[in-house]
Amino acid sequence: MSIKEADRVLPVTAGESNATREKRSVVQPSRIKQYEPLVLGTVSVVLALTAWQLVANARIYSILFLPGPWDVAQAFVKLFQTDDIWLDIGTSGMEMGIGYGMAIGVGLVLGMLMGWYTRFQYALDPFVNFFYSTPRIVLIPLFILWWGIEMPPKIAVIFLGALFPIIINTMAGVRNTEAALLRVARSFGASDALIFRRVVLPGSVPFILTGFRLGIGHALTGVVVAELIAAKHGVGQIIAIAGQTFQTPKMLAGVILIACTGMLLTTILQRIENRFQTWRPQIR
Amino acid sequence: MYDRSAKLSAKGVVIEYWLQRSRTLFTAVQGVDLTVRPGELLAIVGPSGCGKTTFLNAVDGLIPIAGGNLTLDGREITRPGPDRAMVFQQPGLLPWRTVLGNVIFGVEAQGTMSKKESIARAKHQIELVGLAGFEDAYPLELSGGMQQRVNLARALLTDPEMLLLDEPFAALDAQTREMMQLELLKIWSQTRKTALFITHDIKEAIYLSDRVIVFTRRPGRVKDEVEIKLSRPRDLRVKRDPQFLTYEDRIWESIQEELAVPAERLIAGVPAA
Ligand SMILES: Nc1ncnc2c1ncn2[C@@H]1O[C@H](COP(=O)(O)OP(=O)(O)OP(=O)(O)O)[C@@H](O)[C@H]1O
Ligand SMILES: [Mg+2]
Repeated sequence: MSIKEADRVLPVTAGESNATREKRSVVQPSRIKQYEPLVLGTVSVVLALTAWQLVANARIYSILFLPGPWDVAQAFVKLFQTDDIWLDIGTSGMEMGIGYGMAIGVGLVLGMLMGWYTRFQYALDPFVNFFYSTPRIVLIPLFILWWGIEMPPKIAVIFLGALFPIIINTMAGVRNTEAALLRVARSFGASDALIFRRVVLPGSVPFILTGFRLGIGHALTGVVVAELIAAKHGVGQIIAIAGQTFQTPKMLAGVILIACTGMLLTTILQRIENRFQTWRPQIR
Repeated sequence: MYDRSAKLSAKGVVIEYWLQRSRTLFTAVQGVDLTVRPGELLAIVGPSGCGKTTFLNAVDGLIPIAGGNLTLDGREITRPGPDRAMVFQQPGLLPWRTVLGNVIFGVEAQGTMSKKESIARAKHQIELVGLAGFEDAYPLELSGGMQQRVNLARALLTDPEMLLLDEPFAALDAQTREMMQLELLKIWSQTRKTALFITHDIKEAIYLSDRVIVFTRRPGRVKDEVEIKLSRPRDLRVKRDPQFLTYEDRIWESIQEELAVPAERLIAGVPAA
């Protein structure tokens, strides 16, 4: 068959090819629209900080009760001039890294197994439900009793904090595989392994990354609370000591450090998620 | 008893579903007898819910049969195989794969072709179904008709001996549908693959096929068989041919009779189709 023939039979595709493909969205967003989130976000943050500064400047309350953003910023800079800060960040970071990393590894494997094999899910469901509905931080005193006040209890609580959201979301992702896609794969004689790798797993990515994101929140809560209770070093420990010694600006500087870490990690995950979603057309 | 001239042979095929909720067996297909000759394009029409999809799934090997026998080239069908390929009613494309990635998915699942070869052939196949220039587009960027072309190209790339099509054009608008019918006829006349085509559209059935089989209402059996003796190649004008209209009347009557069958023949407690 010549190409000419195809053109005659199918006039629609012939004309369509260039026009529609280049732009993914129906209307290309204008420049202003593109920067809208950044501009509006910045404006609202600046407004909030100004209001806070103004209220603090009025000094209705002492700096102990309500330090202004400027006080906190100064405390933040001072914090980074101390010798211990890197030891604290390093300790907390290492606890996070090990605990969260283990949660990802174990959570992915268990979540996939539970999603793929119903029997496995039946067997593990009671445990997952029990732990997921218990705030894992209440176990900290027990962990401290078992392993002392160094890293292991923190790692354990971070691990348990992040593990269950990851398991549950991974499992949901695997479970939510479209039946139609499975039927197509089976019809072409795909092996179970191929179905899992090429159909189930890619389809679960958004769920899995949501689990990771929820896990970050739980892990950060775990590390701070554990260090508040008992620790030698760590950002949570900075917050605890500053709080107990009435250095409110320093305490808030520690809080901001944690919050920024959380935001940074979440943004990174968001980026990864977007990379996996290039096939999804923009909603607006 | 195996008919040597047949590609596909069904003898008294019974297919049952196990209904979990009412804990009963439900007969969807009750004793289908038919043969498909090599190189023939056979269409099946019948009332909704009569078991056409069910029968086609059994031919593909996706579901087991409860009775009778179902053979392809004399071998019993027990599971999907590279000798058959299905074009589904819903395109069933992987949304995260491009057109090219979806077209090679069939051969990739079968594991019969190297990646390099499959890509080279897929490009040609994409041209054949009229999607040249769209290799890198994602399914969500395609119209319904274009998605069905991908669905078709994916099946064709596996180079099956028998093509199974389950209402592949049902979701398309009238113009696109006619275009796809032309396209399918063209591809079929080049390859002369045996094909089993299911449709609700009587005109479509007559226009495409060598023979039309009418199923009874559920549980499905073969009610009628009409040999279509219109010369090929056929263009769209054949749809106004008096002979065409005679076929159409006959098949229409046949389906109407089925729709008018008294309700006693329905099995109680049946779920909606
Ligand atoms: N997975 C299933 N489980 C139980 N019953 C089913 C299942 N699939 C189909 N059925 C039943 O089997 C009967 C035949 O269904 P089938 O999908 O084969 O009909 P069909 O002829 O393809 O209908 P349509 O033309 O509407 O597509 C229907 O009554 C339906 O309720
Ligand atoms: Mg059907």
